[in-house]
Amino acid sequence: MPGRQQTYDVLVAGGGNAALCAAITARQAGASVLLVESAPKAFRGGNSRHTRNLRAMHAQPNAVLTDAYTEDEYWDDLLRVTGGNTDEALARMTIRASSGVFGWMQQAGVRFQPSLTGTLNLGRTNAFFLGGGKALVNAYYLTAERLGVEILYDSEVISLNLDDGTVRSIDITYRGFPETIYARCVVASSGGFQANLDWMREYWGDAVDNFVIRGTPYNRGRVLKNLLDQGVAAIGDPTQCHAVALDARAPKFDGGITTRLDSVPYSVVVNRNGDRFYDEGEDVWPKRYAIWGRLIAQQPGQIAYSICDAKAFPLFMPSVFPAIKADTLEELAAKLKLDPAKIRATIDSFNNAVKPGQSFDNLKLDGNRTQGLTPDKTNWARAVDKPPFYGYPLRPGITFTYLGVRVNDKAQVLMENGQAAGNLFASGEIMAGNILGKGYLAGFGMTIGTVFGRIAGQEAARRAGN
Amino acid sequence: MQETEAVARARRDIEICNACRYCEGFCAVFPAVELRREFAAGDISYLANLCHNCRGCYYACQYAPPHEWGVNVPAALAEVRAESYAAYAWPRPLAKAFARNGTLLSLAAALGIALVLALSILTNRSASFSTAQASFYDIIPLWAMQVTGTATFGFSLLAMAMGVRNFWRDAGPKHGRIGPSAVAIALWDVLSLKNLGGGGNGCNDNSEAFSMRRRWLHHAMFYGFLLCFAATATGFVYHAFLDWPAPYPLLSAPVLLGTVGGILMIAGTIGLLAMKFTDDPVPNVRRLLGGDVALLMLLALIAVSGLVLLAVRATGAMGLAMAVHLGCILAFFLVLPYSKMVHATYRSAALLRRAMERNIKPLGGD
Repeated sequence: MPGRQQTYDVLVAGGGNAALCAAITARQAGASVLLVESAPKAFRGGNSRHTRNLRAMHAQPNAVLTDAYTEDEYWDDLLRVTGGNTDEALARMTIRASSGVFGWMQQAGVRFQPSLTGTLNLGRTNAFFLGGGKALVNAYYLTAERLGVEILYDSEVISLNLDDGTVRSIDITYRGFPETIYARCVVASSGGFQANLDWMREYWGDAVDNFVIRGTPYNRGRVLKNLLDQGVAAIGDPTQCHAVALDARAPKFDGGITTRLDSVPYSVVVNRNGDRFYDEGEDVWPKRYAIWGRLIAQQPGQIAYSICDAKAFPLFMPSVFPAIKADTLEELAAKLKLDPAKIRATIDSFNNAVKPGQSFDNLKLDGNRTQGLTPDKTNWARAVDKPPFYGYPLRPGITFTYLGVRVNDKAQVLMENGQAAGNLFASGEIMAGNILGKGYLAGFGMTIGTVFGRIAGQEAARRAGN
Repeated sequence: MQETEAVARARRDIEICNACRYCEGFCAVFPAVELRREFAAGDISYLANLCHNCRGCYYACQYAPPHEWGVNVPAALAEVRAESYAAYAWPRPLAKAFARNGTLLSLAAALGIALVLALSILTNRSASFSTAQASFYDIIPLWAMQVTGTATFGFSLLAMAMGVRNFWRDAGPKHGRIGPSAVAIALWDVLSLKNLGGGGNGCNDNSEAFSMRRRWLHHAMFYGFLLCFAATATGFVYHAFLDWPAPYPLLSAPVLLGTVGGILMIAGTIGLLAMKFTDDPVPNVRRLLGGDVALLMLLALIAVSGLVLLAVRATGAMGLAMAVHLGCILAFFLVLPYSKMVHATYRSAALLRRAMERNIKPLGGD
């Protein structure tokens, strides 16, 4: 078949939010753009198709955000979740830029759900896409097509051939067939490697067989590995990933949001031996859900069970799978394939340790605690005693990996010698580790992708034009 | 509503929606879903009739086919909606009319026209049938029109009212009172087709792109229909109370209302028909296409024949045009409660239930 003969101004590797923001911005700046997406059209958009919102700084309420969210508060939140594992200059630049993305996003077709509607509980800090991330991705693809971005689906970037810090050519497969493409600039927006189980196995061993990958199966880290093999500076702990508690019945890939379980703070969580292993009520769930994947990954068989009673059951969002239900704890234990006597003992000692006379309030840290347990439950502790009883099996669900390429404030990729690669830029998950070295803030991945996607697109187009 | 395969399929999709909730900004269906964890067959029917088939949720769905879960809410609810029309039909034996609805509507139209033509020929001297100066009532006596119209339309209204009663018992709210503000909200939703708006952006006709086309076309058809109805009512008032019989001059209220209404109806029905052929088939149910198309064609035929009648009313073709027009209307009156027209009543009732529930807090959120 005839190859692509023209030299593109900008080649974008990837097809999610960051890639689309880069491609559209570069095209708007006049560059010819080729976007190479490894997924087929129906599954395009990487992990962005499973997202829902974007965290944005703002000084006053607007149509999509309530109240205000200042730079300093945003920065404090980031500092807290990363434990300082961030780059303050890049982070503050991203935070400041987040307040100015709405006009551009809306022009590119993205629609937002009005704040104060539905069941949004982050309406102050996060702007919610109408219809979620796939709707956003759809809007961006329509805009990209309209503007004349050339899009290849089922096509994967295999190698960005670096020579002296400059990408000279790009090897891709186009629907399985190899091609070499020439572009003046390249933006790498191809995500992390969490769907590459063999790579994950290097750090986690056979535990990965019990991991669920929440998002796209197409984030295999091919470009990331290719760049790191060619002397690009790495950032982020390769062994680390964002892992949450998921319903163990989730599909291996692409289960998205519906498999998560918010039951933990209102439950007693035990491992397969029937033992509790962590304070379920340590903090409000949005601040804690991201540690539970790791906690479960460290349990035998990488599985845990959330058990609650009829009082607690209406307090959390249902997962997509029906709760396992029984009239007695023993019966529930048997259905969960746990030792009934052990579960009875664990729940009895939990119930006996609940301090009596406390007033329960699921909307705040209510201080309802147990006393004398190891570990104690420090909020929302109530006796599990009102039948029917409900149980969910839990597995670690991997959202993304932290390993990435180092970038500067122009989204330029840095080499191990500290020099910026001449014509190579990065945006999105592949460079998020520069700013988010640890932990997670809801909607921050989309913020990084949008801000750096736009910077990368702009810089790449400018450089290609010179 | 019986527990059927379609209900089970829709329930499965809706339970996935309830764990996701990304689409809650699109329309009334998802906020209604969020109020509950368990969905009886009646609740599924309620949601099915609340759905306006804008398809925003299908294109936004991360679980839509070819995802292994294959979530397709518009198609799943359309199947249930179609079954619910039969389930609530009155009298019961006529529920069968929904089985081959396209054929039935086409036959009714053909028979209606043939019947009126035959009767008007039989009751008229062949001379007046083709005489330019004949008045409408020379062709078909006014009493005959009134008796037939009242009987058929009256029965249809009764049948539709009984259908809504069946819907309300099965899929209506289990408690709560119908207050004036709920009625006002529901009425506004009906008249504005707010839920055909995908959160203010329009529907997804055949791609991810939003469009207001369907909403505007439906408005044209619906308000055109109302104008035509108003034209008929005005004519009746003129005749019965003001002693001013038809035909009316071009600039009179009945002719103006009817003309504008007819043109709007034609634009709406033809536009909606054309969309049927370009719609994405996946979020649709092909089996239901026949009844939808037949009804749109019947409505278009009513509007076209009405305008033709106006154009030729001073010529020898008047008798023929009149018989065809009245034949179409007769067919429409007869099939009204056994056609997709019932969506108007069930959807209005569903919107009323939604308005009554508007202040209930969603489950699980905070």
